Amino acid sequence: MSRTVTASLALEPEGAGWRLQLRGDWSLAAIPQIEAQLQSLPATLHGSLLCDWSHAEAPGIAPAWALLRRLADVEPEHPGVRHTGDPPHFLELLQKLQLDRRAPELAHAAPLTLPGLIGGLGRWSVLQGRHARGVLDFLGRIAAVIGQAFSRASAWRTSSLARHIYETGITAIPIVSLIAFLISVIVAYLGAQQLARFGADIFVVDLVTIAVLREMGVLLTAIIVAGRSGSAFAAEIGVMQLNEETDALRAMGMNPIEMLVVPRVLALIIVLPLLTIIADAMGLAGGGLLSLTNLHIPLPQFTTRLRESLGPTTFWAGLIKAPVFAALIAMVGTYRGMQVRDSARELGRLTTVAVVQSIFMVILADALFAVLFVQIGF
Amino acid sequence: MLDRSVDPVIRVRGLRNLFGSQVVHDDLNMEVRQNEIFGVVGGSGTGKSVLLRSILGLRHPDGGSIELYGRDVESLAAADRSSLVQSYGVTFQNGALISSLTVAQNIQLPLREHYLLSEHTLDELAELNLGLVGLEPETGGKFPSQLSGGMIKRAALARALALEPKLLFLDEPTAGLDPISAAAFDELLLYLHSQLRLTVVMITHDLDTLFQTCSRVGVIVDKHMISDTLDGLLENPHPWIHSYFHGPRARAAEKEIHG
Repeated sequence: MSRTVTASLALEPEGAGWRLQLRGDWSLAAIPQIEAQLQSLPATLHGSLLCDWSHAEAPGIAPAWALLRRLADVEPEHPGVRHTGDPPHFLELLQKLQLDRRAPELAHAAPLTLPGLIGGLGRWSVLQGRHARGVLDFLGRIAAVIGQAFSRASAWRTSSLARHIYETGITAIPIVSLIAFLISVIVAYLGAQQLARFGADIFVVDLVTIAVLREMGVLLTAIIVAGRSGSAFAAEIGVMQLNEETDALRAMGMNPIEMLVVPRVLALIIVLPLLTIIADAMGLAGGGLLSLTNLHIPLPQFTTRLRESLGPTTFWAGLIKAPVFAALIAMVGTYRGMQVRDSARELGRLTTVAVVQSIFMVILADALFAVLFVQIGF
Repeated sequence: MLDRSVDPVIRVRGLRNLFGSQVVHDDLNMEVRQNEIFGVVGGSGTGKSVLLRSILGLRHPDGGSIELYGRDVESLAAADRSSLVQSYGVTFQNGALISSLTVAQNIQLPLREHYLLSEHTLDELAELNLGLVGLEPETGGKFPSQLSGGMIKRAALARALALEPKLLFLDEPTAGLDPISAAAFDELLLYLHSQLRLTVVMITHDLDTLFQTCSRVGVIVDKHMISDTLDGLLENPHPWIHSYFHGPRARAAEKEIHG
């Protein structure tokens, strides 16, 4: 293919009017040059105007459209423009479109003013209020379903519950075990480094026992579950929202809260304490292994020391938090899922929000528990 | 760039497609000529969409050759994907508009990708393409979720036209539309076809659309394609084709055309 010449425009006087000679490549690809050329046309022209297309190569729709738009500015009386030299076949369609066209009214962003700012603040407050009401409404619906379930056995959705227990619990066992084990080894290792300086190696056992049972076992498990299942809840329910599946359920007289939300919340409340117990066991095993290999504390001595360091509430102080964390994670995930509307981007955004918020809520709740337990001496 | 004047535009020879051990297409031949509207029909599961995906280079066929403008799609897709993509426009069954972008941004998406254009030009082109498919300029600012089914089909067509293709693939363009919107879409298609001199390949189940718009039709039966004019297919003795074109719905659609 021969190399095409760049697009050009030449305005020549002809008789009582003008002839506009189009040359070179007039395809869509050449539109930046064409636009620049069009800008160089004079603001107004008097007399007739003849567009000569005979030297325009491969004229495209968009360049022709740009030309017509520009000519309409130059020559307000549209019929004054004629086309010659084998004009493109779609010119007629474009001319018709141009006649139908109304000037678009573009919305401009309002400049920042004091009343505007106050208005913005007000709108934000109302939005937050609505948001809070939405959360309350959601909690109320969950409570209502659970309340009904005591008088109507079918509301328990046991098969769905079982599926979620499997997906959020059984399949999470390997990762939860591994992470609890490794973190506990790290804590014991670092603790031993410090305690060895005082010759207090044996207190590594106390350190591991209290850290794992009271805090780390449940907190790590909750964070892993928030990342795994909180995101899954938001994404599953979100896609169902996008596919109008939740609307379909409602239309068939089924309650999406009962079918989708409550089984997930209950499953997680059942599963998270169990996972916490596994994490506790694996954490203690990790501490025991490190004590044996690094500190040469034999296993019987480790277990004896472990029993001595255990208070009556040490284990329960960790475990009691698990159902609360579970409820938080599950409700944040399902709530964000139910909020998904309209677009794939919303789905991604709300899934992210679900994970971030549930982890935040878990840590906040953990802090509150810490204060509470100290106050009541638990 | 491809030479857009080659005839036939599409040539499929001996196409074979398998799903596991299930044969979908076996020795399927198809030819689409310049400036015709070619309809593809077939029962559910006969592989109409698979055929489309093969032609678009989205699916690697298990045998046979597919030529677009006289050049092999497989080798083209590897060597010169962008010039291949710029030579055709596609609308998918459900519109497949990007849900996080407005209609105007959807139309501008391929333009932005392939050309260096100013924002002003992009806005003008979005408006032009909306105008071509008969949508108001205001529609450009809306998101796909705010549009009706008919508007989504039109917006998808506007996006397909944005790169000024000569060849248009439409997958079920009138499915899910009310008869009035569907008829308006047929009319739009015929108008654009004549004004922009497009070659159109259309998968459709809509008999009205078929009778209104198509110059030739390819029927996928027994893993092959039988292509003919509508009049030819009406005479065809194959049992599936006969029942397709002589069922109660087909008779009504035909009556409308031939009076």
